[in-house]
Amino acid sequence: MSGQTTGPGEDATLLEVRDLRVEFRTRDGVAQAVNGVSYRVAAGQTLAVLGESGSGKSVTAQAVMGILDSPPGFVTGGEVVFQGRDLLKLGKDERRKVRGAKMAMIFQDALSSLNPVLSVGAQLGEMFRVHEGTSRKEARERAVELMERVGIPAARQRVGDYPHQFSGGMRQRIMIAMALALAPDLIIADEPTTALDVTVQAQVMDLLAELQREYHMGLILITHDLGVVADVADTIAVMYAGRIVETAPVHHLYKAPAHPYTRGLLESIPRLDHKGQELYAIKGLPPNPAAIPPGCPFHPRCPLARDVCRTDPPPLYDVGPGRTSACHFWKETLDGAR
Amino acid sequence: MAHADGPQAVQDPQRPQPGQAALGEPILEIRDLVKHYPLTQGVLFKKQVGAVKAVDGVSFDLRKGETLGIVGESGCGKSTLAKMLVGLERPTSGQIRYQGQDIATLSGRAMKSVRRNIQMVFQDPYTSLNPRMTVGDIVGEPYEIHPEVAPKGDRRKRVQELLDVVGLNPEYINRYPHQFSGGQRQRIGIARGLALRPEIIVADEPVSALDVSVQAQVVNLLEGLQDEFDLSYVFIAHDLSVVRHISDRVAVMYLGRLAEIGTDEQIYDHPTHPYTQALLSAVPVPDPEAREHRERILLAGDVPSPADPPSGCRFRTRCWKAQPLCAEVVPPLEVPAEFQDTESPARHASACHFAEERHVVPSD
Repeated sequence: MSGQTTGPGEDATLLEVRDLRVEFRTRDGVAQAVNGVSYRVAAGQTLAVLGESGSGKSVTAQAVMGILDSPPGFVTGGEVVFQGRDLLKLGKDERRKVRGAKMAMIFQDALSSLNPVLSVGAQLGEMFRVHEGTSRKEARERAVELMERVGIPAARQRVGDYPHQFSGGMRQRIMIAMALALAPDLIIADEPTTALDVTVQAQVMDLLAELQREYHMGLILITHDLGVVADVADTIAVMYAGRIVETAPVHHLYKAPAHPYTRGLLESIPRLDHKGQELYAIKGLPPNPAAIPPGCPFHPRCPLARDVCRTDPPPLYDVGPGRTSACHFWKETLDGAR
Repeated sequence: MAHADGPQAVQDPQRPQPGQAALGEPILEIRDLVKHYPLTQGVLFKKQVGAVKAVDGVSFDLRKGETLGIVGESGCGKSTLAKMLVGLERPTSGQIRYQGQDIATLSGRAMKSVRRNIQMVFQDPYTSLNPRMTVGDIVGEPYEIHPEVAPKGDRRKRVQELLDVVGLNPEYINRYPHQFSGGQRQRIGIARGLALRPEIIVADEPVSALDVSVQAQVVNLLEGLQDEFDLSYVFIAHDLSVVRHISDRVAVMYLGRLAEIGTDEQIYDHPTHPYTQALLSAVPVPDPEAREHRERILLAGDVPSPADPPSGCRFRTRCWKAQPLCAEVVPPLEVPAEFQDTESPARHASACHFAEERHVVPSD
């Protein structure tokens, strides 16, 4: 589950997002939710997309999955190359065949993502009936198998139960089962454990990791939790104001962040192992996506900001093997973080 | 700061003078607190068929000037406990002693004056502020209920001082909640909690809904206010790292009871209750180096229903150490016998028959 599985070789790339742009056209104006995002996931690898609310991490995933609410959301540029094909160029029906069968998504809130008036067996079975045309009976049988696979006790008795009859952790397992149903090559998990208690969260994350290993899937984990990321990710992409501000292998990012925002985030979380002094707090607030500051979007909150940051948006600098940082002063940041 | 003697300047005869309870003395004593919600059957002739035992025999002291953190998973009763402390829920039985009075049985005027000194900050900054009221009305509303605290002409000025104290621009007094971000709204909620200059603030998950970068700002604010206004906090949260950061002492709750209570070092570095150990071991630590050599205790199954809790020790159904004794005898919350004569940090109250120390939090 760590870096040794597959090297980031060219052929292993499962999904490559290039310069993706998404905007929301609302009555109050146009909000640039995603502003040129690029990332890559290989089979068997976990990419964590880290960001706070409004950073565009979920919108990026929705655009990749092709489930963006449109209108108001529009993909205005970029490529989503999945197994060699640009998904953005596919027609609706083609896209639909990819979704579910080749890539699947797990949402944060299992209760509102599941249909409350259908039994979980029916919802799981629907995957097989729609995509593979299996009979009702066989679909139910396979639903039971899936439920057993994700560790739901007494699956055969519970296959006819409705979502509200399950606990939060069990519902999230059902969501995972549904994503897994057609053995996809890529799973996008959007805050899969945020609504769960820590002990249950650990169970669910372990299950995800185990399944990923077993099926050699690519996993994109979208989260705001630096702890969860440290536990499972191979690579991290940090997002801020619709852009990726830093990408790095997990060990490097925590040891020596190359962007002041990442460093601020790492320093602002309280520690479990010691009490510590006053928390470092990043001053100010994340920007409104309809009014992103010019230059580097982080400059109003950045302790290192200079004149150039107010005018010139920083490109993604290459700052080391497999590492990029969108900061004019990444060298200083790297040095200061040590 | 200019506001420091503002709200304080008017001496109020009803209000206990600061310093009445010295630092470290209990300011709030909770004894065998119980809250059962009846489960009824039938429409016309309701009969009680059981009860959800949300809080079932909780005892602890809150000391003057300290922060007591209460951690537990959803459904463990920590929010019900908070509501009883501020008088929003009436206990089924048990005592909450404040200044020698049992406030659980108070009503009317006496209750009102006690409530003034025990205020609450809520979790969700989006639903706990009335969207039709301005910030000035929200923060100033406590003065309508307790007009003796601030004369009418003074209130606007006081509200502005409070906004300044919590780090909001006092000119925002006429704005509405939707014009603020989550972190700013939580500051409004905190200003409202401070308005009556309480001695105790009960904060129920005050930073859980906030982004990481904003969470740190609010945690720092709460810590600063504590020093400035000599407050005692009951800080309820599910995030164990935040609780460790802010708390002097920590209580771990499971299914309506306390499992373990002690200083932050005792609980985090020397836990003796298996539930605390499992809980701590499950917390994802933001350190990728830790993930290889880290021991995880994975609990089986889900928390049992509080309507039908297990006999004896409540945790026994998920505990790897459970023995027949655990089903029969409720373990008391006290220092386990084997640690009584030691100087070890494991010498703190733990409700387990087989308490033993185990390090689960990796340290540098």
